Amino acid sequence: MVRLEDVSRLQVVSGKGGTGKTTVAAALALALATEGKRTLLIEVEGRQGIAQLFETEALPYEERKIAVAPGGGEVYALAIDPELALLDYLQMFYKLGSAGRALKKLGAIDFATTIAPGVRDVLLTGKACEAVRRKDKAGRFAYDYVVMDAPPTGRITRFLNVNDEVAGLAKIGPIHNQAQAVMRVLKSAETAVHLVTLLEEMPVQETVDGIAELRAARLPVGRVVVNMVRPRVLDAAGLELVRAAPRTALAKSLSSAGLGGARRGGNAERLVDPLLVQAEEYAERYALEQEQRSALGELGLPLHELPLLAEGMDLAGLYELASELRKQGMS
Amino acid sequence: MSPDPARETEGSSGRPHEGARRLAHTRVLDVDPLLDDPRTRIVVCCGSGGVGKTTTAAALGLRAAERGRKVVVLTIDPARRLAQSMGIDSLDNVPRRVKGTEADGELYAMMLDMKRTFDEVVEAHADPERAAAILSNPFYQSLSAGFAGTQEYMAMEKLGQLRARDEWDLIVVDTPPSRSALDFLDAPKRLGSFLDGRLIRLLTAPAKLGGRAGMKFLNVGMSMMTGTLGKLLGGQLLKDVQTFVAAMDTTFGGFRTRADATYKLLQAPGTAFLVVAAPERDALREAAYFVERLAAEKMPLAGLVLNRVHGSGAGQLSAERAIAAAENLEDSRIVDQGDGKAESRNSPETQGSSHPVEPADASPGASDGTSADASDGTSAGSPSGSAAEQADAVDQVTAGLLRLHAERMQLLSRERRTRDRFTARHPEVAVAEVAALPGDVHDLAGLRDIGNRLADNRRELPEPEPGA
Repeated sequence: MVRLEDVSRLQVVSGKGGTGKTTVAAALALALATEGKRTLLIEVEGRQGIAQLFETEALPYEERKIAVAPGGGEVYALAIDPELALLDYLQMFYKLGSAGRALKKLGAIDFATTIAPGVRDVLLTGKACEAVRRKDKAGRFAYDYVVMDAPPTGRITRFLNVNDEVAGLAKIGPIHNQAQAVMRVLKSAETAVHLVTLLEEMPVQETVDGIAELRAARLPVGRVVVNMVRPRVLDAAGLELVRAAPRTALAKSLSSAGLGGARRGGNAERLVDPLLVQAEEYAERYALEQEQRSALGELGLPLHELPLLAEGMDLAGLYELASELRKQGMS
Repeated sequence: MSPDPARETEGSSGRPHEGARRLAHTRVLDVDPLLDDPRTRIVVCCGSGGVGKTTTAAALGLRAAERGRKVVVLTIDPARRLAQSMGIDSLDNVPRRVKGTEADGELYAMMLDMKRTFDEVVEAHADPERAAAILSNPFYQSLSAGFAGTQEYMAMEKLGQLRARDEWDLIVVDTPPSRSALDFLDAPKRLGSFLDGRLIRLLTAPAKLGGRAGMKFLNVGMSMMTGTLGKLLGGQLLKDVQTFVAAMDTTFGGFRTRADATYKLLQAPGTAFLVVAAPERDALREAAYFVERLAAEKMPLAGLVLNRVHGSGAGQLSAERAIAAAENLEDSRIVDQGDGKAESRNSPETQGSSHPVEPADASPGASDGTSADASDGTSAGSPSGSAAEQADAVDQVTAGLLRLHAERMQLLSRERRTRDRFTARHPEVAVAEVAALPGDVHDLAGLRDIGNRLADNRRELPEPEPGA
C-alpha cells in the first residue's frame, strides 16, 4: 500500500464517455475514506450521477454525507451548480444579497456561467480547490481528500487549464485572481489527474491523447484505471488447446458433464459449434485487449484494473470496487 | 433533472422471465424502409457518449448510399480511425466524396469545424471590414473556439446549411458528445436567446432605458450589474462583448431567428431521430430521457438503436448449468490427478469453482494487468501422455469453454434486464439491436458490416431455458 502522505489531496477523475468515470471516482472516494478518513466527492456536470450511484435522491448544492466507508470513514458529496457557485462568490466579494437575484433575473448569471468563456470552469475548479484547502477551527483539513468526477477526457485539459482559458479575457479582477489561485493548486503535487478507460481501441486512444495533452499543459497526471475488465476465462495456452481439441472429444466431454448425448445431433454435440464460435470471439477480443494493455503500458503510468461486475453496478459493487482499488494501492 | 421513473421498474429485475415475455412485444425498428423513403431527408443520431453514435451515423450513411441515395454524413468529433475509414481525416469543414462505396448511390462525409463554421456565418453576413472586426474580437474568438454550446449550435447551423443547399437526398448527422444528450437541443436556443436577448441589449445600449418610466429599479440593478460584471470579469471583457455584439447585431438578423429555423427543421416531417445507446444502465437511462424530451419537443423519433448487444448460439444452456457442468469436469479431473501431474497451476477457472454464481469474482488474475501469457505451464505435458491424461486435457478445455459460455450468458441476461427496463418504460419505441463486434471499425467493410447488423435485427436474443 502506498503511504498516505504520498497520495495527492485533490484527485481528479476523467475518462471517455461510457467508461464509468463517475463509478471509479465514487469508488476512489470510498477507498480513500477507509480507516477513518473523510473525503469529499464532487460532481461538476450537473448529471446527478453520484446520487444515482449511491441510490439517493438528487443532491443539492450542499456538502452532505452520502456514505460510510469501512473502518469508520465518511464520504461527503457535493454537486456543484455553477450558478449558485457564482452567486456564492458575488456574495463573498461584494456582499450582494437580493441584488444577486436581480442579476439572475436579467440573465447575467446565465451569461457568466454558460456564456462567458472559462468562467464556469473557474467556478467549478475553484470550489474544489477551496474544499481542498479548507481547515476547521483546530487547523486540520476539513477533508483528507477531495475527489472530483471531472468532464470527459476530450475536455479535461481545457477544463483544468482555466488560467489559459480566462487569461485573454479576464485580465484583472476576482475571476482572474481566482484562476491564478486555482492553477497553483492544480499544477502542484497536491493534485493528480486520473484517466479511466476500457480495454478498447477508442477509449485507449483517447486516453493516450489525453495524457499527452495533460502533460503538455504541465498538469500532474496520476494513474490509468482500466474499468470493466471482463474475467479472463481462457489464457493464450488454453485457447491453443481449444483449437487443437477434436470436436468429437469435446462432445464426449460435454456429455460426460451431464449435458446430453455426444452423438451427432445429440444435445452435447450441438453445443460444440456455438461454444467454439464463442471461443474464437473471445480469442479475438483477448488479442485486442492485449494490444490495448501494451499501448497503455507504454505510457509509463501506474495501471489499475477493475473487474466488470456481473450483476451490474450497484452500491455493493461500488464497495467491492473500492476495496479493489485499496488492494491495488490506489488509496 | 427530474427523478428517474425507471427506478420504479428496477425492482422487477429479479424476475427474469417477465422481461423475456415482455420482449416479444417490443417493436422492431426496420432501418431500411426509413433509409429508402425519399421523404426521409434528415436522420439525427443522438445519445450519450461512448455508445457508438458516430459509427452508427457513418454506417447508416453508407448503407443508404449503397441502397441508391445521395447521402452526406455530418460527423462532429469522430475517432481518428473512423474518420480515416471514410477518408475524411482532414478537418476542412467541406463534404468530401467517400471513395469505395458500392452500387449507384453516393456518400459524402464531413467533419464539423465549429470555429470555421462560425467564421463562415460571420463572413457570409457581414461586409469584409465588419467581418474582420468581429473575427479579431477576443470575445468572439473564445466564443467560437470552444465553448459549451457553440459546438451544438454550429452543428445545427451546418445542418441547416447542408439542407438549404439541397444537393443531397439524405443528411445523416451525428450530435456532439455533450455533457448530457439534451444539450444539443438546448444550446442553440440558449446561445441564440442570449446573443439576441435582453442582457445583451442592456449591456450594449443602456442609455435607451434611462428615460422609460417604471424602469428605474431595473436601471439601478443594471448599472450595478454592469459594474459588478466589469469588476468580476475585468472591464476589458465587457468592452469586448459590447463591441462584439454591436458588430454582430447589425450584420445578421438575430441568432434566435436562426436557432428557431433550425429547430423547426428538426420538427419537420422529413426528419427522423434515432436514439443510440448501448445495453448499459447509464446509456439507456440517458436514452430514456432523450425519448421523453423528443416527445415533449414534438421531434419525430424513429426508434432506438441498441449497439453492442451480445448473443449466443448456445442460448439453450444457462449460465448456471454451464458452471455446474464445468465443475463436474474439473472435480473429476482433480480426483484423477492423484499421480501428481503438476498441471493447471494457474488456470483462473479453478480458483472460482467454489463460487459458481459469481464468476466475475473468479478472476483475480485480471488485476495483474500485464502478465497475460504467464500460462506456458498449463498442461504442457499432456499431449504425449496416456489416454486418460488426454481425456483430462480435453475435459479441462471443455470446462474452459463452459465457463466462457457462462460468462457470455450472464452478460447477455444483464443486457437483457437493462434493455427490458427501457422497453417497459417506453414500449412505444421501436428498437434495432446491433450485435457486438469484437473490435473497432477501421474501413468501409467494417461500416458495411455494422449496417448489415443494424438492418438484420429480427433475430432475437435466445430465450433462457425454462426453469434455468
